[in-house]
Amino acid sequence: MEGTGTDVFIEFAYVIAVSLFILSLRWLSSPTTARRGVLAGEVGMLIAILATLLNHQIVTYHWIFVGLVVGALIGIPLGLVQMTAVPQRTALSHAFGAFAVTLIGTAEYYLRAPDISAFVMSALAIEVILGSLTFTASLMAAGKLQEVLPQRPITYEGQNKVNLSILGSAILIALIMVAHPGATWLFPLLILIPLAFGVLLIIPIGGADMPTVISLLNSYAGLSAAAMGFVVKSKLLIVAGALDGSSGFILSMIMSKAMNRSFTNVLFGAFGQVQESAAKTEEVGTVRSATPEEAAAIIEAAATVMVVPGYGMAVAQAQHKVREFYDALTKKGIDVKFAIHPVAGRMPGHMNVLLAEADVPYDRLIEMEDANSEFPQVDVALVIGANDVTNPAARHDKNSPIYGMPILEVEKARTVMVIKRGMSPGFAGIENELYYLDKTLMIFGDAKAVVGSLVRELSGGQGH
Amino acid sequence: MSSELWSNIYVLLLAGFLGFEVIRRVSPLLHTPLMSLTNALDAIAVVGAIVIVGEGHTKLATFLGTFAIISATSNVVGGFLITDRMLRMFKSSPRGGGKK
Repeated sequence: MEGTGTDVFIEFAYVIAVSLFILSLRWLSSPTTARRGVLAGEVGMLIAILATLLNHQIVTYHWIFVGLVVGALIGIPLGLVQMTAVPQRTALSHAFGAFAVTLIGTAEYYLRAPDISAFVMSALAIEVILGSLTFTASLMAAGKLQEVLPQRPITYEGQNKVNLSILGSAILIALIMVAHPGATWLFPLLILIPLAFGVLLIIPIGGADMPTVISLLNSYAGLSAAAMGFVVKSKLLIVAGALDGSSGFILSMIMSKAMNRSFTNVLFGAFGQVQESAAKTEEVGTVRSATPEEAAAIIEAAATVMVVPGYGMAVAQAQHKVREFYDALTKKGIDVKFAIHPVAGRMPGHMNVLLAEADVPYDRLIEMEDANSEFPQVDVALVIGANDVTNPAARHDKNSPIYGMPILEVEKARTVMVIKRGMSPGFAGIENELYYLDKTLMIFGDAKAVVGSLVRELSGGQGH
Repeated sequence: MSSELWSNIYVLLLAGFLGFEVIRRVSPLLHTPLMSLTNALDAIAVVGAIVIVGEGHTKLATFLGTFAIISATSNVVGGFLITDRMLRMFKSSPRGGGKK
């Protein structure tokens, strides 16, 4: 270790890389410095890779360059996907990261076995178990998000017991291997069982749980990389893995809090339990519906408008029309803001990215707490493709499955407008009592088409 | 060996706390870019794969390692690229309206 000058130089380069990684995340805290953060990360990565190539243990470069070139060629299209495809791309990249870590773990094991200390074997086991379960789980999540797999959660009796015993058997094998690191015939099981577990873990997950699941998988991918750092004795990897792991951990905590689920509930994969709505809303009241023309007339008279976007806006690809809507109102001197629920969409921050893509200024996007303090002063709250995150039952109906979940209190606005395809309930299968309030107007139709006709009314109808 | 092990555990602990404190400050506005950025940084695992492939000890290690380099590099390139694309889109109001 204390060897040559090159070794010292490589270690020094790694220290620089680690500092740049930390600065990179630090600068990401605000949109004004965030791009500098990306640059810092890129420079750090470049330094680390170049320094590694100097390692004197490397005797052949052929396959290294093949790998780097092919990887870059695959990475470029993955970096250029449409913004609406970002959730599935993110899930896919968690799968790739976990795949790499698992492959390295496997290679390390067969290179070293049976000469492996108990500690290194434990780290290796954690690395490949987390890596392989994250690999299949992320692929499943990406498949569901891309809608090549059924999005509907599939649940069965005793699902959690089955899953936990499968995970338990993997841990058992890991323990045996820690005691007998030379048992090479057991090692494939240490990968195959978690691979199966990863699939089973995601089967009961519905679309609305995706923000939590993606964050959790992010955390697992980071932890497996940190475990790999212990195997290959790289502090650089330990730090990067710990940063990624804690980032995913924080995001999963924020997401589970925003869905009113305990963190243990999320950790054990007990999500997606679609409870039967205990009390089917009997007093289904009357629904008032409005045409876009009528709605536009009311909006025109408003001083403040709060738009509440949800996954429906993403599905309808309505973000650009929403931006035109924002422009038309701003031109008339109407104050427009966007209230963003933490779990709106399919991944953390999903709505913000879509609206930013459509050029809505980010200072118009406000968080749930701020939005809720503003709703009583809002003239028109316009809900576009969001459902459960606006359901007032979450605040007062103890029988409601979403009771306790923090919501956007749109019902406090003077007038509520909801753009919706039909009266079908949201993911939790719950009626939204918001739709039956006297102050609520339903505008039925495709989000993109409805917002489009609102824009037409607002910018065309000068005569009003 | 054993002292290195302990220092690595300290590193893990400190990096975990540091990550927690730094990332807690990231605005919810940027949670999606945060995820793609940490994903790209996490692909530093490529460094481990490079050493394994370069040592060229066994065919199996070279084979597995090459695929590891491919998937990690695709995360590095794709992750930084999309993070920067996303962040470029975040613009503030033209009137230069400051923070809320």
